[in-house]
Amino acid sequence: MKDSGSYQPYSYFQLMEVSLRELLVEKGVVTEAEVAAAVEDMRRRTPERGAGVVARAWLDRDFKAKLLENGTEACEQVGLDVPALKLVVVENTPGVHNVIVCTLCSCYPRMLLGIPPDWYKSHAYRSRVVREPRTVLAEFGLSLDEATTVRVHDSTADMRYLVLPMRPAGTEGWSEERLAALVTRDCMIGVAVPRLP
Amino acid sequence: MAENVVCPCFSVGVRVRVRKAYPLGHIRTPYYIRGASGVIERLCGAFGNPEELAQQRSGEPKQPLYRVRFRQQDVWPGYRGGDGDTLDVEIFQHWLE
Repeated sequence: MKDSGSYQPYSYFQLMEVSLRELLVEKGVVTEAEVAAAVEDMRRRTPERGAGVVARAWLDRDFKAKLLENGTEACEQVGLDVPALKLVVVENTPGVHNVIVCTLCSCYPRMLLGIPPDWYKSHAYRSRVVREPRTVLAEFGLSLDEATTVRVHDSTADMRYLVLPMRPAGTEGWSEERLAALVTRDCMIGVAVPRLP
Repeated sequence: MAENVVCPCFSVGVRVRVRKAYPLGHIRTPYYIRGASGVIERLCGAFGNPEELAQQRSGEPKQPLYRVRFRQQDVWPGYRGGDGDTLDVEIFQHWLE
């Protein structure tokens, strides 16, 4: 929690978290250290992980093929542990644009992208992107022409999804790190595409 | 020991319909897709039945899970967008017919 220096009473969910955590510690189910380690582990997962995977796929044809065929195994190959994550990677092409949602809750490839943005969990995004994806994408600043097929993927059960965006023109000869810097979180959800700075 | 799994009975490309049923409980089949028909895009594997797992039961036998591809035009009357636009949803086998 941000220390703003002024007193703020706990919100409903903060109070629930504190009460539950203290109870679990008191009962000996978990220790404070284990909770802190789990929180740190979550903090370490950021969209840079996903961006690294995308950049590698742009540079390594075999890795890309593997990633599209079995996302989980491809990530494990490059040392990214993705336990209990069945990763499906969907590829954007000149004729197809993919976008991810979880209409039922907020399923998200956290191991690769970290904590989802608030809008991803909002009712507005979840209910609208399945039925008017083009309008929602336009609101994100991404206008697609009629000829482009829009594929929405609703993450309703055990799979998690990552969009493999198209590599922008004009990036020939770029290093993996430089390419990865173009790949934002939103590109991997499918509400944006990588653009040159 | 053999895993307790229901055999998959739909293959890729087959047309299926989502059951139009409204049972209570923890259901991973969205309301909006019940009754819609689409095509099997892939078999994802077999997973514990979430409706059973939510009741603290074993979830077995595991249910085959598919990605089913629907045409947006078939799901939403008056859909505005390309004819080819699709919606892929993960559906457990016991929700398909």
